Order: sequence, then C-alpha cells, then structure tokens
Amino acid sequence: MRRISLLATTVLLLALVGCGDDEQTANDQTGSGSGSATASEDTLTGALTVFAAASLTDVFTSLGEQFEAEHPDVTVVDNFNFAGSSTLAEGIVQAAPADVFASASPTTMQTVVDAGLNAEEPTIFVQNTLQIAVPAGNPAGVTGLEDFTNPELTIALCAEDVPCGTAAIKVFEAAGLTPQPDTLESDVRAALTKVELGEVDAALVYKTDVLVSGDAVEGIDFPESADAVNDYLITTLTDAPNPDAAAAWVEFVLSEVGLAAFEEAGFQLP
Amino acid sequence: MSLDAHVVLQRGTLHVDVSFEVGPGEVLAVLGPNGAGKSTLLRVLAGLTAPHGGRISLDGKLLDEPAVGIRVPPHHRPIGMVFQDHLLFPHLSTVDNVAFGLRARGESRQAARAIAGEWVARMDLADYSSAKPRSLSGGQAQRVALARALAGDPRLLLLDEPLSALDARTKLDVRADLRHHLADYPGATVLVTHDPVDAMALADRLVVIERGRVVQVGTPVEVSRRPRTDYVARLVGLSLLSGTAQGRAVVLDSGAAVQVAEPTNGPVFVAIRPAAVALYRTRPDGSPRNVWAVTVGGVTPYGETLRVDLHGEVPLTADVTPEAAAELDLVIGARFWASVKANEVAAYPA
Amino acid sequence: MSQRGRVERQVDGATGVPAVLLVPAALAVAFLVLPLVALLIRAPWSTLGSLLAEPAVRQALRLSLISASLATLISLVVGVPLAWVLARSQLRGRTILRALVTVPLVLPPVVGGVALFFALGRRGVVGGPLYDATGVSFPFTTSAVVLAETFVAMPFLIITVEGALRAADRRYEDAAATLGASRATTFRRVTLPLVAPGIAAGAVLCWARALGEFGATITFAGNFPGTTRTMPLAVYLALESDPEAAIALSLVMLAVSLFTLMFLRDRWLMRT
Repeated sequence: MRRISLLATTVLLLALVGCGDDEQTANDQTGSGSGSATASEDTLTGALTVFAAASLTDVFTSLGEQFEAEHPDVTVVDNFNFAGSSTLAEGIVQAAPADVFASASPTTMQTVVDAGLNAEEPTIFVQNTLQIAVPAGNPAGVTGLEDFTNPELTIALCAEDVPCGTAAIKVFEAAGLTPQPDTLESDVRAALTKVELGEVDAALVYKTDVLVSGDAVEGIDFPESADAVNDYLITTLTDAPNPDAAAAWVEFVLSEVGLAAFEEAGFQLP
Repeated sequence: MSLDAHVVLQRGTLHVDVSFEVGPGEVLAVLGPNGAGKSTLLRVLAGLTAPHGGRISLDGKLLDEPAVGIRVPPHHRPIGMVFQDHLLFPHLSTVDNVAFGLRARGESRQAARAIAGEWVARMDLADYSSAKPRSLSGGQAQRVALARALAGDPRLLLLDEPLSALDARTKLDVRADLRHHLADYPGATVLVTHDPVDAMALADRLVVIERGRVVQVGTPVEVSRRPRTDYVARLVGLSLLSGTAQGRAVVLDSGAAVQVAEPTNGPVFVAIRPAAVALYRTRPDGSPRNVWAVTVGGVTPYGETLRVDLHGEVPLTADVTPEAAAELDLVIGARFWASVKANEVAAYPA
Repeated sequence: MSQRGRVERQVDGATGVPAVLLVPAALAVAFLVLPLVALLIRAPWSTLGSLLAEPAVRQALRLSLISASLATLISLVVGVPLAWVLARSQLRGRTILRALVTVPLVLPPVVGGVALFFALGRRGVVGGPLYDATGVSFPFTTSAVVLAETFVAMPFLIITVEGALRAADRRYEDAAATLGASRATTFRRVTLPLVAPGIAAGAVLCWARALGEFGATITFAGNFPGTTRTMPLAVYLALESDPEAAIALSLVMLAVSLFTLMFLRDRWLMRT
C-alpha cells in the first residue's frame, strides 16, 4: 500500500512540478522515516532478526510495524527475540543467527563485544531511570527512598544479577541507605506483578515499566535516580545474515521517529 | 440355635432367598454350582455385603435385618473367615497374620503374639512363624488362614472354598487336617464349596442351593442316597428319575416301569447307582429284575472303570470295567439290555 | 534345528529385550541422557569444589532440601488420604474432584504462584482476613516456598497413590474387616502397607518435583538468600550473571538429588 502511494506521489510530482507543497512535505517525511531506503528503489528484503532486551518489547514492536510498512519485503516483527539481555548475549555468543542486538546494559553488551561479534561500535540510544513503584493508592504511604530501609514494609528489589538490581544498588550506595528488601526479583516484570497484586508495599523498577503497568501501579520519582542511569546500547552483528537490513534498522531506531517513540514510553534520551 | 439365617438378596438377575440354621459345633456345607450365590451368601453372613431382606441372628443377637435398618458392620461381628485363596497379608509374618485379629480386637501386642504363637504351634507351623506368606506352601497357607480365623475365638466360622486353591495331593492331607480342627471348634461353621467330596467329608449337614434357592437339605448320607435334583444326583454320581409309585411298582414320567424293593405311594424320585447297572448283549431272564433296552450315548473314563451314558426309555449311567467294555464291544450307538435288581433301586417321596 | 533354536534363545536372553523395544528404548535413553551429558561436558569442573564450599550455595541447597522434604511430608499427610477418597469413596463428583486436584499439573507454575497470591497472599481470599486479624502473611517466607512446592508437587503423589490403591486387591481389606479391624485400622495396617511401594514412588516423584520447583516459588515466595532462594532460583539468577556458575550449581543440585534418590531406593524401595 505504502509503496504504491509512494510511486503515485512520485508520478504526481513529475507531472505537477512545483504545484503541490503538501505532496512535497509527505515525501520528505517518508524519506527521513525510512532511513537509507530511497523512494525510488528499496533493496532491502528478507528476514531481519533483532535480539532485544525485554523492556524494549512495546516500542520495538510498534517501530517494527512502521519499518515493515516502509520496507515491505522485510519481515522484522515476527523475528523479534525479546528476552533478558544476558540470555540474549549468551545466545549470540553461542552463534544464534541474529542481525541486531539491543541490550539493556553495558555489561551484557560487553559480552558480545568481548566475543568480537559486534559489527560496529555499540551506540547508547536511550536511557532508563529507576522509579519507585507502589500499589494503586499507595497504601503504605511510601514517599521516597528512605522508606526502603523500613523493615516493617514489604519491599521488592531486583536481584543484583539483573540490570535493575545493579542500578538499585548504585542508587542506595549513592544515597547512603541500606535497604531492607523481602525479595530480590529475577526481573522487573516479576517485581511489578507483586506490586500490582499489592503483595509488596514498594519496589524499585524502571520508569518505563511503571508506565506500561497501567492503573494498578503508581510511580514515585525520587532525586537519587539520577545516580543510576541505565544505558541501552544497540549494534549490528558481524555474523548478521541480513547486514543491510540490520544497518537500516539501527538507523531507523536512532532516527527522530524512533527516538520520539522511546521518549513517549518513558525512556530518556542520552 | 446358634446361627439363624434368612438371606434375601438381588444380585444382577440372580434372586437369592435362602434360610438355614446351624447349631453350635455343627458344620453346615453350602453346596451348589458356580453362580448359585454361595459366595454371596457367605459375604452376607460376614457383613461384607448387605442383604436386601430377611434376618440373620447369631446366638440370639441380631446381625442383619434390613426391614428395621439393622446391620452390624463386619468388624463388629464375632466371626472368623477363611477365604478361597487365603488372603494372608503379604507384608506380615505367619505369627503377625494370626495375631492381626487379636490386635484389632484390642489385645496388647504381647498378648496377641502369645496367643497367636500357640495357634501357630497347634497348626504345626512353629518353624514358619516368622515366614512371610509368599514363602509358604498352599497347605501351610491354608493352616495359617484357619489359625488367623480361629484365633479371635469367633462364634461363627465361615469357610469359602477352603480347599479349592490346593493341588489334589495336598488337598487330601489338608482336608483331613481341617476336619480335625473343625471337630475341635465349638462354634457354628458354614462352609461353601462346589466340591461334593469336601462337603461330604467335612460337613454334618448339607444345604444345596441352585439359582439362589435351597433345593435340598440333609445329612451327607441322606443327600447322597436320595438326591432331589439332577445337579445333586450328578454330584453324588446317581441316575435320578421321577415317577409315580404304587406299592413296589413305579411308573416313570417317560412311561417305563420300575420295580423297587420298598413299597411307597404317590410321586417319587428313583435313584440308581451306576455300579448297580449291568449290561447284556441279549435280554437276561429270571429273578426280580428291571430290564430295559438302551443305546450307548457316550463313554468316559471314571477312575478305574468306564462310565457309560445310556439313552432309551430309562436314561441311565452304568459303570463297567475296561475288560467288560472290551468284551461287550462298547461303542457309541451300540444297543444293549440294561438290568438293575429291584433292591438296588431307591424310591423316595418327591 | 533345535540346537540353533537354543542358541538364538540364548542370544535373546543375553539382554532379555526384544529388538522392537530395544531401539525406541535406546532412543529414549539417548534423548534423556544427552542433555545431561552435554551439561557435564560444559561443566567448569575446577570451580565445582570451591562452589560447594560457598556459604550461599550451601544455604540454597539446604533450603531446597528442607523445603522439598517438608512439601513431601505435607503431601503425604493430606495427599494419601485424598488419594484414598478418589480411589475408594462413593463420593459424588469424584471425577470433577480428580480433575481439580490435577490442575496444578497443567497450570504454568508462574500462574500457580499468582493463584497462590490470590488465595494466600496478604490480599488473598484466605490470606487477606488472616493478615488483617493476625498480621501474619505467607509471601516472601520459607513457608511460602513450602506451600508453592506443595501446590505444584502434591498432584504427582496423589495420582501415583490413587493408581496404587486402584490396583491393590480390596479383598485384603475384607479379610481385615472379618478379623475385627475397623476401617481406620484396616487403612493403617493393611491398605497402607499394601500400597507402600506406590506411596514411596509417589513421594519420590513429589520430592523431585518440589526440589526442581521454580516458577511458583519465585512468584509466590520471592527470592531472598536464606529464606526463599532455593537452588533452582539460584541457578536461574546465576544464569543472568554467570552462566558457568549456573551450570555448576545445576550439577550440584543434580548430584545431591540423584544421590538422595538412589540412597532412598536402596533403603526403602528395594525392601518391598
């Protein structure tokens, strides 16, 4: 559909030079949106396999749909592999056939870099900060990071083995506080489930995750979050089966359209 | 009267309705073909199956009377039961099997084991007292089962085909042994069997049931001499005929005439032992005999003789020696004269 | 002719397994054992010893063994009677009851964990009033680990024991009744010993399932060293940061459980 309309626009442009400002603008937008793809010919085809941190699921899926619309011969949405960054990094080191890797932490990206599998220098494309998540209505009256030291409250943190846990440790160290967690969750989602169910009084999770959780969870900003900004990195891979599409995807993610989508989802731009 | 039972029960298409009594020390054998309801009857007496009607009392105490809602559960009945394949608890030793009932009825472990030990010794099983059931022979297992049933001093002993799981050789020994122990037992005993030899050897009285009904009651001698149904006659090896007597002459239902020794009148059964039947190629004369024309219907070995089925106006069975059979040239379809002395024919009121 | 026949029979007798069964059986063994072998090949053998000496690992192992054993014990105490009800009682709706009881078998364990929250969490159907009245709540405690493991593992015990009860000869129970044993005594002294091998098999299955339980535990009990971090949780988290350690931890758990099962088998199953 989009391809046909592009061609139609081009034909129109040739026929009515200088007559249609509207068409001109439309063409510019699609041009910038499709990155390296040109309006006249799209050389990208085939499957594009993107390994991405689970926290990128929503934004990447919607960006993937746009990308497919502009490159109809590429299938990316069905080839996303969302999982924990370290699981994905391990898979890439084990020679899983991936074109792009988007990780939620520098350390997991380093695993891939150490194995020499990155085709370019990984780019920090977005950042995520922590937020306090409490059940709707905040029944325990949590106000800030100090409440995490209260043994009376039921507190969930991420385990130190996963990125949100590492970030939490950094935050508490910077604040000079010793938290009293009751559980160390294996991932953000598990921590949020417990907040949603009201089984914990507070959890420290990423802002983006609070945003997608809906009404059952409330987010509370706290100043110390600036001490633990989490970088998301993206790179194409040396063994990519579809290197051209991979490069186009990275470019699309880093484009204005891509970054706007991330900001809307609660990510910060570097 | 020790046991007074009237059992009414519907089992599928089989309607059981039987009454009998058993006195103290008496052994009653319930004899009947497979599917006659014998085992069901025993399960009802044990309380394992609920009857639908009738009344069962033991020593004056009511055990079952469905009409008034009385049913004593099996574990509250003063009974002992020996099952067809013994059903010794596989995880318990001989002495613990025997002690089981005593323990269940409240004896201390020590007292139960002491009493059980005596029973084990009485059954000549002292050497096997710590053996598990699977290492016992059939005869030994049978004795353990009997000791287990008797150790609790029951008022009623129930034996379900107690000898049927044994091979022929062991059976003889165990039967004699069982007879001996039953003689010592003061309570009432009900024994269920399909084997007339067991019933005759062990019982003081027989109840024959067929299709859920009592067809004959009597001592083993009475029943074996004067069978009242074909089933019983076959069991005791007699040819059973029915007819109408007038003095010493009986006219059979088939129309043939039979001379008998004892005079009677009215409807009678006529029983003839196979050994009393003699076969001749030509019609014999003289002496007060019954002589009928017969045809050979079948020949089967029977112990040391041959049993010959005879068709004719009087259906008979004859036992002949192999030598006689060879001499007579006994083949199926051959025609003979069968002769029976009048004093070998029993006639009794039907 | 007859001689060749005898030779053939001897050859067959060497394995005692006909070829039609041997091939698929060998395939099954290969399929089950291969991942284990791969794990052994990849294992960092040099660090295995020091790993076992680590207090955190021993703590997780201890917690796993204790909670799996407690879960098995609870399952035995309430599961065997339930198996009896399913196998022997004339209770109406037994079929539905059986289906309900086996739900945890098909339920994804994580969902099971959430369901446990709904039931026993501090806002749960039962847990809520309990928390309001006493201030006691299960989640994030060792008892939550035991509850989660029991929830997931007990059906294995129930199904195995029910099968054993159905297969057992009920006439032994009749014999016990004629000997004056009440139903309770009969159950204890006759039925239980008769189905002991089935109960043992069920308990082993239950214990093994409880030991490996992950999803319901991490959901309902959370993860905290010493109180709720069992070996499977430790393995999962190690996988995030240090895959080699994860393999080593799995091997430790495997070794301990295999050792326990073989030991039990010798002492317990072989006797019956």
